[in-house]
Amino acid sequence: MLSVSGLTKRFGGFLAVNQVSFEVREGEILGLIGPNGSGKSTTFNLIAGALRPTAGSIRFKGGEIGGLSAHRICRNGIARTFQIPRPFRKLSLIENVTLAAYFGNGSSDRVEARRHAEEALALVGLPADPHTMTDGLGAAALKKLELARALATRPTLLLADESLGGLDASEMERAADLLESIRTRMRITIIWVEHIMGVLMRVVDRVIVLDHGEKIFEGLPRDAAHDPRVTEVYLGQRRT
Amino acid sequence: MNPPRAINPLHVAGIAALACLIALPFVTPAYFLHIVIQILLWGFIYTAWSIMGRFGFVSLGHGAFMGVGAYVPALLWNYEGVTPWLGIPAGVALSVLLAVVIGYPCFRFRVIGHYFALVTLALSEVVLRTITAARDITGGSLGMTQKLAGHSWYALQFPDKRYFYGIALVVWLGGLLVWRWVDRGIEREALEAISEDEEAAASLGIDVMREKLRVTVVSAALTSVGGSLFGQYLAYLNPETVSGIAVSLQIVFAAIAGGMYALLGPTVGAFLTIALNEGLRVWFGTNFIGAANTIYGILLILFIIFMPRGIMGVIENLRMPRRAPAPAPAE
Ligand SMILES: Nc1ncnc2c1ncn2[C@@H]1O[C@H](COP(=O)(O)OP(=O)(O)O)[C@@H](O)[C@H]1O
Ligand SMILES: [Mg+2]
Repeated sequence: MLSVSGLTKRFGGFLAVNQVSFEVREGEILGLIGPNGSGKSTTFNLIAGALRPTAGSIRFKGGEIGGLSAHRICRNGIARTFQIPRPFRKLSLIENVTLAAYFGNGSSDRVEARRHAEEALALVGLPADPHTMTDGLGAAALKKLELARALATRPTLLLADESLGGLDASEMERAADLLESIRTRMRITIIWVEHIMGVLMRVVDRVIVLDHGEKIFEGLPRDAAHDPRVTEVYLGQRRT
Repeated sequence: MNPPRAINPLHVAGIAALACLIALPFVTPAYFLHIVIQILLWGFIYTAWSIMGRFGFVSLGHGAFMGVGAYVPALLWNYEGVTPWLGIPAGVALSVLLAVVIGYPCFRFRVIGHYFALVTLALSEVVLRTITAARDITGGSLGMTQKLAGHSWYALQFPDKRYFYGIALVVWLGGLLVWRWVDRGIEREALEAISEDEEAAASLGIDVMREKLRVTVVSAALTSVGGSLFGQYLAYLNPETVSGIAVSLQIVFAAIAGGMYALLGPTVGAFLTIALNEGLRVWFGTNFIGAANTIYGILLILFIIFMPRGIMGVIENLRMPRRAPAPAPAE
């Protein structure tokens, strides 16, 4: 459903993403891993329209979306979460999510948007009462809010950026289960970015590994663990 | 179903206040009516400014829209005999055009905060200087008088102040309605989101440019109408009193001091500026004009530091506590 080819992003003289190509199949969970600074979030920013590609193409459901503005891409059915949660602190939880439900798929019915928002909050396990504000939410709850907002736009493709960051071990397991149930119950295709392998490997169908902006591996999770280049990157045995 | 509606004391107070406002012109002396008309018209303009100002788009360019609104119908009337009923919309059209020409690039290139204030400040000054430079038709800094037509709906001129009082009252109420409409709409939440984090807002499908331009256009258009009515009411225009930095600064001061997050805040700001203006005039005589700007500047700083939500913000805080923060997550 998504086809990325030759995707490149240059910041000044620095190549953050270099000639990356991959396909995402409908209904799968694709893991996108790599050490910090390997270009994962930048890849998401390019797909979601927050950044313009320097070169390459991004096709979604047959149409080119590279360089489209972020709100159009969202309305086309691609939702993203931010690695560092970016809640609107002046708004309540339910308002945060209602905005996504209202604008994210060009609906124009506030009551319906509100209902979708309540569903999304219930799904991730956050309160939907009108008075809960975002201050005082912990890391796990903020990650859930990111997810609820993205889901409320009713995407067909979800870009989840480090949904496990800052969580403890049991929270990680629950977050992984949540992503898996989003895929199976809501039939949403997922690209899941994480800088550690960990629980991600249990849930994903396939995995892509980035290093220094380049794709160094694509295949099944169990093969990744034995791939010499991947282990080199992850075990820090690089000779440079 | 809903329980029988309790009588809301606020509604009762509102209706009583409106009745008083309607009865006012029949019982008050002309000078007092003059003051009230000014409060209503300025209150309308400040309300128009706060429609965008409350989202952090601090425009120092609204003097430009007011000036355009005042001069376009007056010039069309004096030179072409065009009725203000067409002249005012023409002014609105030009104001909206200016707002888009300045707003679009600002929003496109994310000119925000102080830089946005500076760019819009330049707009104020450009319009003021254009009016002054076109002295052959505008009378320059000496100002211009509209050709008088006696009592005339066609010319929108009324020697009897009560007519303008009625017009000002209706327009002011209309401004409050627009403010409320923006406040109640989901667009308000979208604009709050945009003012906090544009990129996150866009990622949720919000068309940031569209939302910003829309609120800017509404604000500029209303301000232009306010300027037009001022011109029609005074039947005398002076570039310094309806455009330029001084006027823009007064608008910002009044909206912030009165409280731009509350329906009646900008109107309270109008009370304050009119009282200040009249007070200064009485105390310092005619050479107070320079003093007024200095005093506005100082008061503005004091308000921003000590009372950022303005007088109405303080009153609202007394009336109801803030919304509660989230309870500690039970996980
Ligand atoms: N807007 C930007 N401007 C300049 N450099 C950037 C920008 N965004 C990311 N980078 C750089 O690109 C590299 C990849 O970043 P990122 O995609 O965030 O990595 P990660 O894989 O950890 O998500 C990093 O070295 C980062 O410093
Ligand atoms: Mg990242």
